[in-house]
Amino acid sequence: MTFDEQAIASDLDARVQQLLATHNPAHTDPQEFLKARFDAGLAWVQFPEGHGGLGVPQSFQEQVTAALAAAGAPEPAVAKNGIGFGMAAPTIAAFGTEEQKRKFLRPLYINQHIYCQLFSEPGAGSDFASLGTRAVRDGDDWIVNGQKVWTSGAQNAQMAILVARTDPSVPKHAGLTYFLCDMTDPGVEVRPLRQITGEAEFNEVFLTDVRVPDANRLGAQGQGWQVAMTTLNNERVAIGSGVPNAMIGNVVAAWRAQPELRNPAMLDELMRLWVESEATRLTGERLRQQLVSGQPGPEGSAMKLALARLTQSISGLEMQLHGEAGLRYDDWTLRRPEMVDFIGRGPGYRYLRAKGNSIEGGTSEILRNVIAERVLGLPPEHRVDKNIAWKDLPR
Amino acid sequence: MSTANLLYTDTEDALRDSVRRLFADRCKPEAVVALYDHPDADFADVWKTLAAELGLAGLLVPESLGGAGASAREAAVVMEEIGRAVAPVPFLSSAVLATVALLKAGETQTLRSLADGSTTGALTIPLSTPPGAYTATVRVGASGATGRISSVADANTADVLVVPVSGPDGLELHTVARAAAGVNVTPALSLDMTRPIADVEFSAVGSTRVDNGAAEDAVAEALLCGAVLLASEQVGVAQWCLETTLGYVKERKQFGRAVGSFQALKHRLADLWLEVSSAGATARYAADTYACGEADIPIAAGVAQAYCSDVAVHAAEECIQQHGGIGMTWEYPAHLYLKRAKSDQLALGTPYRHRARLAELIDLPT
Repeated sequence: MTFDEQAIASDLDARVQQLLATHNPAHTDPQEFLKARFDAGLAWVQFPEGHGGLGVPQSFQEQVTAALAAAGAPEPAVAKNGIGFGMAAPTIAAFGTEEQKRKFLRPLYINQHIYCQLFSEPGAGSDFASLGTRAVRDGDDWIVNGQKVWTSGAQNAQMAILVARTDPSVPKHAGLTYFLCDMTDPGVEVRPLRQITGEAEFNEVFLTDVRVPDANRLGAQGQGWQVAMTTLNNERVAIGSGVPNAMIGNVVAAWRAQPELRNPAMLDELMRLWVESEATRLTGERLRQQLVSGQPGPEGSAMKLALARLTQSISGLEMQLHGEAGLRYDDWTLRRPEMVDFIGRGPGYRYLRAKGNSIEGGTSEILRNVIAERVLGLPPEHRVDKNIAWKDLPR
Repeated sequence: MSTANLLYTDTEDALRDSVRRLFADRCKPEAVVALYDHPDADFADVWKTLAAELGLAGLLVPESLGGAGASAREAAVVMEEIGRAVAPVPFLSSAVLATVALLKAGETQTLRSLADGSTTGALTIPLSTPPGAYTATVRVGASGATGRISSVADANTADVLVVPVSGPDGLELHTVARAAAGVNVTPALSLDMTRPIADVEFSAVGSTRVDNGAAEDAVAEALLCGAVLLASEQVGVAQWCLETTLGYVKERKQFGRAVGSFQALKHRLADLWLEVSSAGATARYAADTYACGEADIPIAAGVAQAYCSDVAVHAAEECIQQHGGIGMTWEYPAHLYLKRAKSDQLALGTPYRHRARLAELIDLPT
């Protein structure tokens, strides 16, 4: 640790002690505590002062989180509001005006605003930039019409990050704008979308004359693609980085506890996946150490690629390990889970749900393009629609 | 759980620069390939510069014993560069395997001469020796040491052989001059001529016992440290292969476009980049863990070996394939890396052996 780093560390330590002294976690309402933590700049230390941070490197967050956890302080609902914490917050921090940061970051942090993501559409999956949801200016507002899909948690969300087309007369990437949309607007209709696991994590969201104030526009009009890239890079880092280790832990535990399941040919395959899980954990750790600025680059795509391959391979092996028990399933009812519960459910669920890991947040094929083009500098895909106005694209 | 520093310090970067400059200058691929036709092609001066002038032979030796008092982190950086250049220098055999064995055994005299680069040593075990307990094939008795050890790396150019031998009370560690009477070193034709192997025969050779009763630990420690550092060499090999392939597929045009624009190639390179990045993380973790003397060194070493061995081979195989015909030619250097990568995969235990060992270490019974 350098002299400067030591100074930051001891300053943070003093602030933590100060917070704990004025807001004893044992006698403070959890939400009040989170408000005080936010105001003390200890929510996300890499964010600017006044917006829940202190403008110091993200690597110092671990120290703060650990010290507060040790003191029994309440934690923000990061898992329940994964899109808020993992994607909306960093995007607001990067592109929001002072006013927007003041208005949106604190409610997000103290769990007043649960977020969902209105990006994908039935006709715009991998080709997300071709989306057709329209936002038309009306005085100080935008009127939004369209259909979104794969929206997890929409039924619980107060807010959404939304990308809509504001100018159809320019090529597809140039006509997009990024908004923060109020999900309680009467024009928002949420319908569950059932998936292969039996449950409905996701939704279809229909937007009919939804009114979004221009004050909720994040970034400039027409800058939506660039703003969305920040969100997606964060999403790819946020997606389940600890899941493979937990999943392989399940398999290892079953191997130890049930000798009758063991099979010598399987042990090498199990160890291969154990080693890969460990390698992927270390890759993520190194990526975090390299993240000086706190904004993940396209390298984060590689982590998601690795995680998808691992969760699919491990859950596939786990089914074979269990043999007869793998023929059974734990629950086909249409449940509405608040978050993906990979570990609490059975092997069959893990096997089926993991199939989505290489599709959601960018398919593995799209991610390989991202790595190849933006990290390795290989020539881009041929894009015949690049210079054509969106309204003139063949459909 | 992990607070290991997985990056490189400024000092380590400076060390890397000096080693890379040396190899770029005096270890070019067209010179290295000569070893396959002329096994006696002499790189001794490159080794002397690396070992003595740059002072890197003594990286793992404490200053009190004449070394640089550095750690596995710095040695790993040297190994990465050796991999990148497929440099034919006996750093692994002399400055790592022989040095660590002597250090752990409590020997100081030979160690000092290895550390200052005036002498080169070789730990006389088969290069393919897997992790775990080593069984000696040389016996020592009243008439001296007798026995045969095959496939010993760099034995033919070593001045001193550091030999694990079977004595009346178990394993002992001895030193023998390669030129001593009764020592017969026969060079073999190696798959990887840049780390040549030789068979060593002892017939009633007078040797010096140098362990203080801890020979078994000394050999185990050398194998462990060797496994840790070999992973970094494999990372260097893989990085060269990836970077060279990227350069080629961006230039090479077929069907009117760079072949690197085809997803059939670029998606595989994206996967390979991820593998090489992960290999770098495991190798760095192993080096840092070893340098810090953490309890889980054997696991970190096993993970790094099991992972990096296969990644280096995969990178070298992709390098050949994505170059097409030119990759199969003698004059293009890709084959030097394939041969090093495949030999490294077999060295100090295959990935299968390391995974089997890891299963024991994390308590997964068969």
